[in-house]
Amino acid sequence: MSVLYIVVPLAMVIVGAAVFAFIWSAKSGQMDDLETPAVRMLHDDTQ
Amino acid sequence: MITETLPSSDTDAERVLGGEVRCTHCTLPVPAGFVDSARERQFCCNGCATAFAILHQHGLDRYYEFAQKREAPVRASARRYEEFDHPAFAERYVVVSDRGVARTELYLEGVHCASCVWLVERVPLIVSGVVRAELDIRRSRAVVEWDALAVSLSAIAATLASLGYPPHPFRGVARNAIRTREDRAMLMRIGIAGAIAINVMLAALALYSGELNGMDGSLTRFFRWISFGLIIPAFVWPGRVFFTGAWAALRTRSLHMDLPIALALAVGLIRGAINTIIDSGPIYFDGLALLIFALLVGRFLQQRGQRMAADAAELLHALAPVSARVVDAQGIHEIPADALLPGMVLDVRAGESFAADGIVIEGTSTVNAALLTGESRPVSVGTSEHVFAGTHNIEAPLRVLVEQAGETSRIAKLMQQVAESARRRAPVVQMANRMAGIFVAVVLTAAAITWLVKWRMHSAHALDDAIALLIVTCPCALALATPLAITVAVGRAAGRGILIKGGDALELLSTPATLVLDKTGTVTEGTTSLVSWIGDERVKSVVLALEVGSSHPLADGFRRGLVDYADEASRHVVRDVKHVAGGGLEATVDGAFVRIGSPRFVSRATEGSAVPIVPALQDAMSAMDRTLTPVYVSIDGQIVAAASLGDRVRADAAESLAALRAAGWKTIMLSGDAQEVVDAVGASLGFAAGDAIGAASPEDKLAFVERAKLRGRVVMVGDGVNDAAAIAAAHVGIGVHGGAEACLSTADVYLTRPGLDGLVELTSGAHDTMRVIRRNIGFSIGYNVIGASLAMLGLLNPLIAAVLMPTSSLTVVLGSWYGRSFSRARLRSLS
Repeated sequence: MSVLYIVVPLAMVIVGAAVFAFIWSAKSGQMDDLETPAVRMLHDDTQ
Repeated sequence: MITETLPSSDTDAERVLGGEVRCTHCTLPVPAGFVDSARERQFCCNGCATAFAILHQHGLDRYYEFAQKREAPVRASARRYEEFDHPAFAERYVVVSDRGVARTELYLEGVHCASCVWLVERVPLIVSGVVRAELDIRRSRAVVEWDALAVSLSAIAATLASLGYPPHPFRGVARNAIRTREDRAMLMRIGIAGAIAINVMLAALALYSGELNGMDGSLTRFFRWISFGLIIPAFVWPGRVFFTGAWAALRTRSLHMDLPIALALAVGLIRGAINTIIDSGPIYFDGLALLIFALLVGRFLQQRGQRMAADAAELLHALAPVSARVVDAQGIHEIPADALLPGMVLDVRAGESFAADGIVIEGTSTVNAALLTGESRPVSVGTSEHVFAGTHNIEAPLRVLVEQAGETSRIAKLMQQVAESARRRAPVVQMANRMAGIFVAVVLTAAAITWLVKWRMHSAHALDDAIALLIVTCPCALALATPLAITVAVGRAAGRGILIKGGDALELLSTPATLVLDKTGTVTEGTTSLVSWIGDERVKSVVLALEVGSSHPLADGFRRGLVDYADEASRHVVRDVKHVAGGGLEATVDGAFVRIGSPRFVSRATEGSAVPIVPALQDAMSAMDRTLTPVYVSIDGQIVAAASLGDRVRADAAESLAALRAAGWKTIMLSGDAQEVVDAVGASLGFAAGDAIGAASPEDKLAFVERAKLRGRVVMVGDGVNDAAAIAAAHVGIGVHGGAEACLSTADVYLTRPGLDGLVELTSGAHDTMRVIRRNIGFSIGYNVIGASLAMLGLLNPLIAAVLMPTSSLTVVLGSWYGRSFSRARLRSLS
C-alpha cells in the first residue's frame, strides 16, 4: 500500500492544476457567456 | 388636411397578405402589391431590401446560408441616431481608452439566432473604423469598440438598425461590471469548494473503510493529514464569506444564519486540527468541506434566479425612447431626451411618442394616452392643446412647444411616486429568515447545554459531542430548502412565460387575497380589433385594400380582422388615396368613390347634403355597442356598411377570472376608462356591481390600492404607466404582456405571454411552491432533530454524521426537483 504515499500527493497536484485552470478561465471571463461562443464556432470563415 | 399616397412602404403590410412569394431577406411572405416580377429578388419591405443591399455590397451573402427564419421583417427607419453622438450621451454611456478607442454597450432588438451573432460581429467589415463588435446572445447585448476619429457612433447605430437590429443604449454598464465581478468570484468559490469537498470525501471514504476493515496506523495518519491540508484552502478562500457574514451579524447584533455556520466551521476546524495533531478522535473535515460547498451552491442558486428575471426586465426598460427631434434655426436634429429644455420645439412624427410635456403649435392629430390614462380610445388634439410625454402620436406630424421636460414632466412625477411606493414597501420577512433566528438560538443553546451537562458529568467526550452537534445541525439542508424550491419554481415558471423577480412574491401569492386588475391591456387585449360588421360582405375586401397602408390604429384593427380577405383585396385597383386627419380615408377603388371613417365624415357628402343609408342597415346601426368606435363605409355616395372597432376582452379572461374566484380570490377591476365602458366589460366578466371601477386616474389607483392594503393583502395586475404606482404600492405587482417599461420595472412578476391564464398558473404554482418549501423545511428540521439528539446522547459517530448530512441535502434537492410547482403534470391537472 506504500504506493499511496506517492499516488495520493500526485493526485493532489493534478487537482491543483485543474482548480488553477478553472480559476484562470473564470477570471478571464470564459464563464460569463455560455451561449454565444457555442454559436460563434459555427462560423468557421477565414475573414 | 394631410394627404399621403398608397401603397406606402409601411412595414405592417406583409402581416396581412398571404402568398407564395417570400422575402429574400426575412423569408416572410411578400405582399402582392410589392411583388415586382421584373426583379430577380423580392422583398417584403424597404427595410429588408436595404439590409440585403448592405450585405451583398460587402460580400456577406453567406449570411443566408445559415440564416434562420427572422420573426419579423427589418423595419425601415429614417432614424439617424444623431443623439448617439451628443456629448450628454457620450458622457453617460461611452468609455474612451488612452489609444482613442471608444467603447460602449448596446442592447440590440431582434437578436435571436446564430446568424445574428455572425452578422453583428461582421460590422467591423461593413463600417470602417469599428474595431470590434461582440454579441452576447442571451442578454441581447453587444460590446462595440470603434476609433472615435474615424467613425461616429451614430453611423454604427444606423448600420445596425438597417441590418434589422435597432440599438438602444445600455444603462447599467457600471452596475454590470460589479455584477460580473461578483458572479466570477462566486463561481470560483463554488469551483474550489467543490473540488476540495470531493477530494476530502475520497480521503474520508478511505478512512471510514479503514476503520471498518482495519488500516495501517501510519496510512490512517497520512489520510488525516491529507484531509487537513485540503481543508485549509477551503477555509481561506471559499469559506471566508461565512466568517465575514458572521462578523457583520455580530457587529449589528443580529442573529444571522452565517453565525452558527461560522461557529460550526471554526470549532470543527480547530478541534479537527487538534485531533489530527494528537492523532486521536474525529476530524470532521469531510463534513466541513461538504458544508461549505452546499451552502455556497444554495446562495448561488438564489442569486441567479432573481437576476435572470431582472435581466429580462432590464432589456424592456432599455427599449424606451431616449431621443427627440428638435427644430431650431439650423433645421431638425436629434438630441437625447435628457437634454431637452422648456421652450424648445419638437417635431413628432405619426407613430412616435412625445418626449416631453408641451403644447401643440402646429398640426392636428390623434393621441393615444392609454399609457398615462388607461383610456383605450384615441383622443384628437389640435393647436394650443396639451400633450404629455410618454403618450403616442397616431395620425399626423405635430410641432410641440416643450413646457416641461425630464424630471418635471407628468410622467416623471408619476415615476417618482412609483419609486417612492417601491421604497416604502415593507420588506417581506421570508419563512426561512423568520426561522433562522429561532434556529440559531436553539442550536447554540443545545450545544451549550450538551457541553455543560457532560462536563458536569465528567464525560471525556463533552467537547466532542458539542462540536458534533454543531456540525450535524449545520443548516445545510435548511439553507438549500427555500432557495432550491424557489429556483426550480422560478425556472419552470420562466419556461412557461411567467417571470418572477423575487421569491417573496411566490409566498405572497400562495394564498388567496384581493386581486385588482387594470382593464385596458390586461383584461382586454389593449389593441383595437374589429368587433362587429354590419352590411355587405363584399365591401370587406374594399375596406382592407384601402386600410392596408394606413398607420392609424383602427386600420390595424381592420387588417387583423379582415385577414381572410387579403387575396381579394389585392385584386382591387386603388387610386388617389387621401388620408383626412380626424376623419378617415377616401379613395377610388375600381372606379368607385369610397369613403371609410367616422360617421360624421362619411355622412357628410361632398355637396353638403346628407348621405343616404341602405335602409336595411338603419336599425342595426342604432343598436351598435356605444362603447366601441363606429366606422362607416360609403361607396359612390351611399352608406353600405358599418363596423365597430374596439378593445376586445381577452378570450381567456372569463374562464381565468372564474378559476381565480373559485380558488378564493376577490377580483376587482380598476380602470382609467370611462365608467360606461368599464361597466359593460365588468358585467360580461361577472364582476360584482361595485367591483368594476372606472374613470380612475393613476393617483386614484394608487389611493385605492393603499386603502385596500389596510384590509389585507393586495395583488395589482396592470400593464401601463398609469398602473405603475399602484403596482409598486401593492404587496405583489404583476405586469402583463406588452406592458409599459415603468410597470414592468416595478412589477414583482410579469407575464410574457398574452392572456390571463398565466395568473391562474402563477397562483396555483405559488401555492405548490410553498408546499414544497414547507416539506423541505420539515425534512431538514427532522434530520437536524435526529442528528442533534444522537449527538447529545453521545451516539453520533463521524460515520453516521457523514451519512446523515448529505442525505438531508439530497432529500431537499430531490424534493424540490420532483415538487409539482409549475410542472407540466400540474398544468394538465389544472386544465
